[in-house]
Amino acid sequence: MEHIRTPKVENVRLVDRISSKKAALGTLYLTATHVIFVETAPDTRKETWILHSQIATIEKQATTATGCPLLIRCKNFQLLQLIIPQERDCHDVYISLIRLARPVKYEELYCFSFNPKLDREEREQGWMLIELSEEYKRMGLPNEYWQLSDVNREYRICDSYPTELYVPKSATAHIIVGSSKFRSRRRFPALSYYYKDNHASICRSSQPLSGFSARCLEDEQMLQAIRKANPGSDFLYVVDTRPKLNAMANRAAGKGYENEDNYSNIKFQFIGIENIHVMRNSLQKMLEVCELKSPSMSDFLWGLENSGWLRHIKAIMDAGIFIAKAVSEEGASVLVHCSDGWDRTAQVCSVASLLLEPHYRTLKGFMVLIEKDWISFGHKFTHRYGNLDGDPREISPVIDQFLECVWQLMEQFPCAFEFNERFLIHIQHHIYSCQFGNFLCNSQKERQELQIQERTYSLWAHLWKNRADYLNPLFRADHSQTRGVLHLPTAPCNFMYKFWNGMYNRFEKGLQPRQSVTDYLMAVKEETQQLEEELEALEERLEKIQKVQLNRTKVRSKQSEPSKHSGFSTSDNSAANTPQDYSGNVKSFPSRSPSQGDEDSALILTQDNLKSSDPDLSANSDQESGVEDLSCRSPSGGECVPSEDSGKDRDSDEAVFLTA
Amino acid sequence: MEFAELIKTPRVDNVVLHRPFYPAVEGTLCLTGHHLILSSRQDNTEELWLLHSNIDAIDKRFVGPLGTIIIKCKDFRIIQLDIPGMEECLNIASSIEALSTLDSITLMYPFFYRPMFEVIEDGWHSFLPEQEFELYSSTISEWRLSYVNKEFSVCPSYPPAVIVPKAIDDDALRKVATFRHGGRFPVLSYYHKKNGMVIMRSGQPLTGTNGRRCKEDEKLINATLRAGKRGYIIDTRPLNIAQQARAKGGGFEQEAHYPQWRRIHKSIDRYHILQESLIKLVESCNDQTQNMDRWLSKLEASNWLTHIKEILTTACLAAQCLDREGASILIHGTEGTDSTLQVTSLAQIILEPRSRTIRGFEALIEREWLQAGHPFQQRCAQSAYCNSKQKWESPVFLLFLDCVWQILRQFPCSFEFNENFLIMLFEHAYASQFGTFLGNNESERCKLKLQQKTMSLWSWVNRPSELSKFTNPLFEANNLVIWPSVAPQSLQLWEDSEAYLLK
Repeated sequence: MEHIRTPKVENVRLVDRISSKKAALGTLYLTATHVIFVETAPDTRKETWILHSQIATIEKQATTATGCPLLIRCKNFQLLQLIIPQERDCHDVYISLIRLARPVKYEELYCFSFNPKLDREEREQGWMLIELSEEYKRMGLPNEYWQLSDVNREYRICDSYPTELYVPKSATAHIIVGSSKFRSRRRFPALSYYYKDNHASICRSSQPLSGFSARCLEDEQMLQAIRKANPGSDFLYVVDTRPKLNAMANRAAGKGYENEDNYSNIKFQFIGIENIHVMRNSLQKMLEVCELKSPSMSDFLWGLENSGWLRHIKAIMDAGIFIAKAVSEEGASVLVHCSDGWDRTAQVCSVASLLLEPHYRTLKGFMVLIEKDWISFGHKFTHRYGNLDGDPREISPVIDQFLECVWQLMEQFPCAFEFNERFLIHIQHHIYSCQFGNFLCNSQKERQELQIQERTYSLWAHLWKNRADYLNPLFRADHSQTRGVLHLPTAPCNFMYKFWNGMYNRFEKGLQPRQSVTDYLMAVKEETQQLEEELEALEERLEKIQKVQLNRTKVRSKQSEPSKHSGFSTSDNSAANTPQDYSGNVKSFPSRSPSQGDEDSALILTQDNLKSSDPDLSANSDQESGVEDLSCRSPSGGECVPSEDSGKDRDSDEAVFLTA
Repeated sequence: MEFAELIKTPRVDNVVLHRPFYPAVEGTLCLTGHHLILSSRQDNTEELWLLHSNIDAIDKRFVGPLGTIIIKCKDFRIIQLDIPGMEECLNIASSIEALSTLDSITLMYPFFYRPMFEVIEDGWHSFLPEQEFELYSSTISEWRLSYVNKEFSVCPSYPPAVIVPKAIDDDALRKVATFRHGGRFPVLSYYHKKNGMVIMRSGQPLTGTNGRRCKEDEKLINATLRAGKRGYIIDTRPLNIAQQARAKGGGFEQEAHYPQWRRIHKSIDRYHILQESLIKLVESCNDQTQNMDRWLSKLEASNWLTHIKEILTTACLAAQCLDREGASILIHGTEGTDSTLQVTSLAQIILEPRSRTIRGFEALIEREWLQAGHPFQQRCAQSAYCNSKQKWESPVFLLFLDCVWQILRQFPCSFEFNENFLIMLFEHAYASQFGTFLGNNESERCKLKLQQKTMSLWSWVNRPSELSKFTNPLFEANNLVIWPSVAPQSLQLWEDSEAYLLK
């Protein structure tokens, strides 16, 4: 709190990005964890909450007659333009945020104060949701070729690796230690993914310290052990994900790449993915394009092209495709590395695994994949995502690129993934939010020292609890195209890679599709399920009534006749109702679409009746309005008010269509 | 003329067919008067039936005795045939060339096609102007159906029946026709029930350099305004082009003579500019080099999405003036047969829920494109692979369909039809067994006696078995105005159509 110079500023305006004419008046609050803007307009009182950890940059612009503009760019691609009436207030907010956005120690991060009101047991269970040991078991390990090695216990050999690692059975501790001494930061080759079907594997490491001519017998033996752990193939691919020039430059520093002559039966391959600095600049350029005010089509396409972003995405995908093909089609094992083996290597291994393994395309499997290839293998989250004040040149959107690769694949294979786009977006958000402990620190070792699991909550448990929001209604696990390996067209077309509007412009609601197919299908699915449950309940009741009726008819044989035509309206006096009418109408419910249901008075009647008798089903009517909600949004897209006539937005329309 | 004269070799065996994304097929190639057929003569293998009229361009190549013909279709497909024997190959190539460039419309396939399906509803009578007017008549009392153009004498590109203000008699219409390009006097395009405002369309006023005016024209337009209300004239051309048009006898409405109207100039391109855009676009889509490097700049250089954005923006502007400003609108460019129709029909997609249903969309195409005199015959004579550079060839209709697709993508639950419906319309506009898109206007279609001699596309489409392919399962009737985003981030390449390869 000591960093907050002014906790509250009134009469601040939040400028609408699409039409600068429009600005919402409100009050700005600074808290220990959030920046909060509350609109004054009494009908909305809309709140905008920004976590300090999401703030990427803060820019104070020249004071104008209307006030002092403050531009806040967030890591989740939100852009906030505030106009603060007093220069002094603006300065105070600016100085406060600069400090708040760059905490110096882990304890300042939100996850240490975030309390979702779970007890200790629930928190511990949350952390147990994803267990990597289970994942290796699922792969079929250990087996006759691979074993769990304890050589890195207490992080003795490599402090950025996990303690539990799978290595070839024939790789002795001596070989591993020797190999680790010949690799950058001692990141020796270890198993990332094992392809049960043909024993081929994907292993990962850092670059060898080969310089111009250095050799290491143990390292050569290590690679041979990996090759031999796959009896189906007589060679091993070694994939260096860097551009050849970069790798060659590393040789001068005593690092470099494997010499094919020194290692027996390897096939060496460069795949030119650029380094973190190039990627950071590329994203920067692309975001500048996104920020353009009413750009022309040419501005946009040129900007996108010049940013190089999609080219980089394609390079990562190409590497993943190459490895997946080597493993599944050639049956060859692959060793992947870049320089340190924690950025490009993580991207490429996880893309390849995703192509190969349907399990990783499920909700839980995807969490496992990130846990395995990113978290456990020491991807430097804190450095890359700037969670603490540090070297800005360490920051780079490495995992963002991986998430985008997944999205690009989802666009190609809409039925192959159990999760939807929102799942990826929320993961991206939380990588930066520091609300959960999963992505803290730069290695497993650091996390253990900080006792993350004891002091914070797990994102995976949170996502799993809300998994209904993240399901892809089109997911078909059993379809021939989605089972097993995903096969991309042999001649990939250029237009396969698209700009991810849903991510980079996700706070510009006006630029997003106004209706979501996913939400619509989920609503229909849910409704169908509810109706089926109703049907079941009604059938049960029907059975009971029939029994009662049967008894009654036995007692007073003819008196029940007149009530037979009373139909639905009397269904409250259930006993008097007639079974025949019920079943006749009830049976047809599930086949009806919600829209037909609206006009069908019989259906509405039943729902009303049920509502009064069974509070659990009252959600039904909400469900229907939920479907309606999707129908139309105002052109400026301000908020999702499904008003018949979104007349309020007149100004913004004009701005959009006239200036364009 | 007999087709047999043009077919030098009717049949060749052992021909190999290559198509993208399909395995190669070997079989017998047959040429008929209207089709190129390749049959493997085996069960369960797909045969190729290609209308000659679908062929946009062909290339020949020879390697030794093996000839190769590359057929580039108007629907963007590229097909390769390997034909053994040079003579056969040359014969086939020249036959295809002759058959795909027949001059006479009456030799086209629709005049020979005999449907194999039972006609439930004759599509030629599905969307009569009288019926369409009937839909309105309960709400619009200020308008009437005029038969002034019964003999196509007042305006050759208009249909016999048009909707005009009640206050204007046929004599006045005839006078106005002389003041508008091609005789296209202002007619009703759309009536907005919510506020009684309208969209009208016409050709440019023939003001010329000396500022000619026409009292009847001014009266006609003003008759659509309520007391004290103003209207908007949307000229789809930029001001300088409109000014240049005066030298050729055309022009635009002078404020002095139309004081109640505010003129807005937009710049929707026409003619060969669009055709060249399409050619460049398809060229870059077909570029198989696995290099992302130049893709986006090639896409940019094609300008295709720029055209899409401009057309959509103009349509949104028109819809906005009508719905939000409560103003009536007159839209025209030069002839009023191209960009004008793109704008009027897209505005209706945005404003009118009915036009987002299958039936309503068909009615829209019938009313705003076919009846309104969009010259399909000329515009769709060639497609992306042509090199004739004729001024009148232009993918105006395809751009319209693409714009509809863009809106459909943003409102996936608001349309009764799906993307396949749009692709089907595109295909039939360029090559079809049905007579619907033949001719350039109603007058030509009447002379050709299409209704008697050919089958309507709608007769085929509107059967339940076909409709099911074109129905959007997500559709939920939505009575609202749908405002699409026209920002570049929100517009996408319609790959399934533009790049046929993906299908």
